[in-house]
Amino acid sequence: MDDLLIARSLFGTTMGFHIIFATIGVGLPFMMLTAELMYQKTKDQEYVVMAKRWTKAFAVLLGVGIPTGTIAGVQLSLLWPGFMEVIGVVMALPFQIEIYAFFIEALFMSIYVYAAERIPPWARITSLVLVAIGALASAVLITNVHAWEGTPTGFRIENGIITDVDPWAAFFNPSFIVTAGHVALSAYTTGAFVIASVSAYKLWRTEFNTRIYHFHKKALTLSLIVGGVFSLLTAINGHESAQYLHEYQPEKLAAAEGLFETQSHAPLVIGGFTDRETEEVKYAIHIPWALSFLAGNSFDTVVKGLKEWPEEEWPPLFVHTLFNGMVGIGSLLILLPLLALLWIKFLKKDKYPRWILSTFIASGPLAVLAIEFGWIFACTGRQPWTIYRVLSTADSATTATNLGILFLAFVSVYIILGVSVVFVLLYYFRKNTVADDLHRAEQKGVPLYGSNT
Amino acid sequence: MTDALLAITVLWGFVFIYAVMATMDFGAGFWSMLYFNRTQTKATNIANRYLSPTWEVTNTFIVALVVAVYSLFPSAAYTLGTVLLIPGSMILLLLALRSAFLVFSNIASEYRKPLTYISGITGILIPGLLISVLPITHGNYIDFSDGRQTLDLIKLFTSANEYAFIGFAISSTLFLSSLLLADYSKTAEEYEAYAVYRRDAIILGPISLGMAVLIMFTIRTEAPWLYEKMMDNLAFLIASVVFFVIGGLGLFLPSVTGGPKGMPRLTVIAITIQYLLASLVYGQAHLPYIVYPEVTIQNAFTDPNSFRAIFATYIAGFAILFPGFFYFWTLFMNDKRYLQQKPPEETKS
Repeated sequence: MDDLLIARSLFGTTMGFHIIFATIGVGLPFMMLTAELMYQKTKDQEYVVMAKRWTKAFAVLLGVGIPTGTIAGVQLSLLWPGFMEVIGVVMALPFQIEIYAFFIEALFMSIYVYAAERIPPWARITSLVLVAIGALASAVLITNVHAWEGTPTGFRIENGIITDVDPWAAFFNPSFIVTAGHVALSAYTTGAFVIASVSAYKLWRTEFNTRIYHFHKKALTLSLIVGGVFSLLTAINGHESAQYLHEYQPEKLAAAEGLFETQSHAPLVIGGFTDRETEEVKYAIHIPWALSFLAGNSFDTVVKGLKEWPEEEWPPLFVHTLFNGMVGIGSLLILLPLLALLWIKFLKKDKYPRWILSTFIASGPLAVLAIEFGWIFACTGRQPWTIYRVLSTADSATTATNLGILFLAFVSVYIILGVSVVFVLLYYFRKNTVADDLHRAEQKGVPLYGSNT
Repeated sequence: MTDALLAITVLWGFVFIYAVMATMDFGAGFWSMLYFNRTQTKATNIANRYLSPTWEVTNTFIVALVVAVYSLFPSAAYTLGTVLLIPGSMILLLLALRSAFLVFSNIASEYRKPLTYISGITGILIPGLLISVLPITHGNYIDFSDGRQTLDLIKLFTSANEYAFIGFAISSTLFLSSLLLADYSKTAEEYEAYAVYRRDAIILGPISLGMAVLIMFTIRTEAPWLYEKMMDNLAFLIASVVFFVIGGLGLFLPSVTGGPKGMPRLTVIAITIQYLLASLVYGQAHLPYIVYPEVTIQNAFTDPNSFRAIFATYIAGFAILFPGFFYFWTLFMNDKRYLQQKPPEETKS
């Protein structure tokens, strides 16, 4: 492998690993907040126990999310000094403001966890709201940098020198709202389905109609409602994101759809694999005219094909598969809560059969997988550029060589962290069962949040 | 004051704040490990009580610092990013293990001992690597030939100056953290822990001062330009030593608030001023270079429009965050209910 490919693989691995924790780290506080608010409304102790248990999981995940986020932030400068030099001049604002969001999250997370029993309920809720806002703002702001890489604005380049910098114009670049919205909504979806997965797994293992069974069922219902709402919103926003691609990064849309020839009445291509030689998508289902309609709201819309551009500017063609994977999982996640609704409300059943539970169990890992697909699609789909039509990936990379050792070192640490975080989570929740926490919550004067056995 | 000077002052301020917070953070982790088996003194407990709520906030500062470098001085970030690839990556790897295992050690109580050892040992190595950024910016170990910048790692790690810095970083980490924990344990009225940390501070103070002298001694031959400019400010350096003496006295004078001998709060303040003065002298002498002799604050400075926007967010950010920091401080540094709480083992239901 050449050094550029190793640099990309290393950074991609960092982001691919970090994004799991970052996404759940945005989604979980929202679920915790929902549970806390449900408690304030219903005074049902089980919601406090949910909030507590999710908070503990969140704290453990932060133990990996924060250091890998630190790695990502610093590795940007270490691996992509050419890119960060441009970012520093034009697009430093989101990073800078993200720091404040990060501080708010860190300060109030500690207050929420370590001072939970010493502060009044309103201060606890406020802290949690600030944690959720901090987490969401971090994600939105960092995504803004990604958005700007696709639609760079707020500067001009004259003779290789950056001039006329307008940092706020860069900040409010055309795709900011749509792209950041997509990340935020999909993070809430993922957070909810991760909870749904765990709850469904517990229902599978717990005896029917016991107290613990009802606890997990309540958690499952809550997470399916949140997940259903946000998966629908993600899809609506995703449609808008695709229209932005049509307007601002047409070669990315062409690669996503495996479209080679520019045409109106373009078909939507689902599934299959793009073949560079025959210039077609093999084994795919074609829906006539649909792509034109989706891209521009009319069948006459002309969608540009890959052959508009020289081949060295094409994104890798495998992004079609990633794009399909993301959209497919997203659609499935809209259907699952509807299935639950049908089963419980309309068919009046009070117990989910195993086949439904198994789809719920799969939903969390699938949601995370869709996040991975989406990010890899978004970032490799921008190749060969880091800043679209301004700075190439090759010109962004470090001039250092022999990156292989570093790659191995980072991958080993990610493996260690990944394995140990799973181990710690399993350990903690085996030692502190739902029954323990329910018992603690019912007793006065026994700290719930500070409890570790 | 020019914009570039203002910017480097802000950056220096971040470096100083992070340096102080990080020494306390990494030091507390180390003490928590060292006194793990001496449960009766509560020294580990005190360290953990400080560490649990603060490590995340401290960690945020290092990201703030890196962001400040590339927002304010983008081309310095280019040079630093390129030459710090290896040491920077080592810091990141250690930091990742340290933070994760610190969190894990609080959650998986049965495995607390090995987890605390991993986070304690990795944590104490980090300051030594972090401070290496300073001798690297002195320029001796960077090859600027044919338009590329490369760090000569062998030259770096065979230099006496580098080891003086590493020694200073580690001894200062232990010194400052033992002082802070002495103050913390006295406020918590844990007098046995106080005695332990007071003794540690008394041993480590002179060692870190000695290391500082060693740095001056080695800078003199390795970076004479820096040495001479630092000596122009000899008065400040002497004042710094005076504050060290005041701090030392603070540990031996009888207490005015009751309890055992010493006024650790006074010492913490005096020693912070000592480090502040010394780092002012160092920082001022380092100007105008960020990386000697190629990168200066003028030629690395960002676009003026960007600077104004960034500076505005600093002011807004500070205004928003200050109440948060204050609330945090009242809950974890100043609330007797938190400081004197029973260790978790005793509240087990």
